[in-house]
Amino acid sequence: MRKFRDLIIPGVDKRLLVKDATRLLPDPARRRFLAMGASFGALTLLTGCDVVDEDSAESLLKYVSKFNDAVQSALFNPDTLAPTYPESAITRPFPFNAYYGLDEAPEVEAADYKFEVTGLVDNKKAWTLQELYALPQFKQITRHICVEGWSAIGSWTGASLRDFLKLVGADTRAKYCWFRCAEGYTGTLDMPTALHPQTQMTFKYDDKILPKAYGFPMKIRVPTKLGFKNPKYVIAMEVTNDYKGGYWEDQGYNAFSGS
Amino acid sequence: MSSIAADHAGADHSHVSARGRVIQPGWVRVLHWINAVAMILMIMSGWQVYNASPLFGFTFPHTITLGGWLGGALLWHFAAMWLLMVNGLVYLAAGLLTGRFRRKLTPLSVPGVLGDLRAALAGKLAHDDLTVYNQVQKLLYAGIIVVGIVVVLSGLSIWKPVQLQWLTAVFGGYDTARYVHFGCMAAIVGFLVVHVALALLVPKSLRAMIIGR
Repeated sequence: MRKFRDLIIPGVDKRLLVKDATRLLPDPARRRFLAMGASFGALTLLTGCDVVDEDSAESLLKYVSKFNDAVQSALFNPDTLAPTYPESAITRPFPFNAYYGLDEAPEVEAADYKFEVTGLVDNKKAWTLQELYALPQFKQITRHICVEGWSAIGSWTGASLRDFLKLVGADTRAKYCWFRCAEGYTGTLDMPTALHPQTQMTFKYDDKILPKAYGFPMKIRVPTKLGFKNPKYVIAMEVTNDYKGGYWEDQGYNAFSGS
Repeated sequence: MSSIAADHAGADHSHVSARGRVIQPGWVRVLHWINAVAMILMIMSGWQVYNASPLFGFTFPHTITLGGWLGGALLWHFAAMWLLMVNGLVYLAAGLLTGRFRRKLTPLSVPGVLGDLRAALAGKLAHDDLTVYNQVQKLLYAGIIVVGIVVVLSGLSIWKPVQLQWLTAVFGGYDTARYVHFGCMAAIVGFLVVHVALALLVPKSLRAMIIGR
């Protein structure tokens, strides 16, 4: 993990900067006036570390991010559907994206695969791939938006997570669905998003069984959230009231991150 | 507020000496500097966000960005946005309600701008009365307010392209909205360079924005 120190701009010493700036100016009165201005600029713009110590900057930013989570979930309308697109709009090739290369992506054996369902659910039985494939499926062509800023349109087919949660008798008043993946990746979805009609347990990409690059055997496709909230290689789900974070959430990405 | 009253008095700018008179009322100065801080934080963290997925064939040097990495930059960007938005809304409301926008930024005409631009480039533009903006200033100050509104709206449209999809559509879709957002940033940075250079060339204008006179 990167140190929070990096959040603050390194480099310029404000005392030296003010000294340099004032030396250039002959008139003493003006010098004092500009020294004030320069120190103001230096304080606010250049050396955050001298104004606020790192710990308080870190906790303030984290506090605002939590505040933003609350604002976003209050504004989130679970009935708003993500725009859908025609086949012709699909981005080809759809990019592979992870914090590791494709050759390091997990290789999941279809025959051994079990989807564990735990937490606040009536039926904690593990699901085989064949059982999951037998669920009613729907296809949607939506835009995947990465936290980095790029976007790509893809075609995903799978089962409704909302219907699945009802099927297993999940307590949908619980706050979160927490997912665990084959390579150790984790992620949390808030319950209103898990119950969104477009949130999908995805088994196919572009009408073909999900390739390794896109998360075989199962991806959770959430068109109302940024890409990192769409876990691939999903092997377990826990319905819970405890916020368990996630791989990127724990490193500082905004936990709600809904679009 | 006495400073607003003084600003109203400043509307009658004809023959009064600039000495001792409030050129920039207190509320303008406070909002101006809060906006300056918010804008710098938004721009520098925005450059770091841009670097994660550049739109053009360049990235911004790490030393002039804020946040250290994408996650840190986003924390700054989505914290400073509140400062920018709340401060900006107060400024727009106050500018409209006090009549400052109407007094300071109108009338504005194409021949007026061209005439003042010629005079400025010839070094013949007077700055005797800082309470009165010339046509070039009016255009730039009115223009940057519009750009400020568009940068916030385009930013919202790429932050919430599902919830605010109508707004994203106004900007030509998600990918195009990113270019709009970048273009507004570039316009603001361009404005900033000219604005700071001119304020330093006419130091009494900078003094007026700090102590009011």
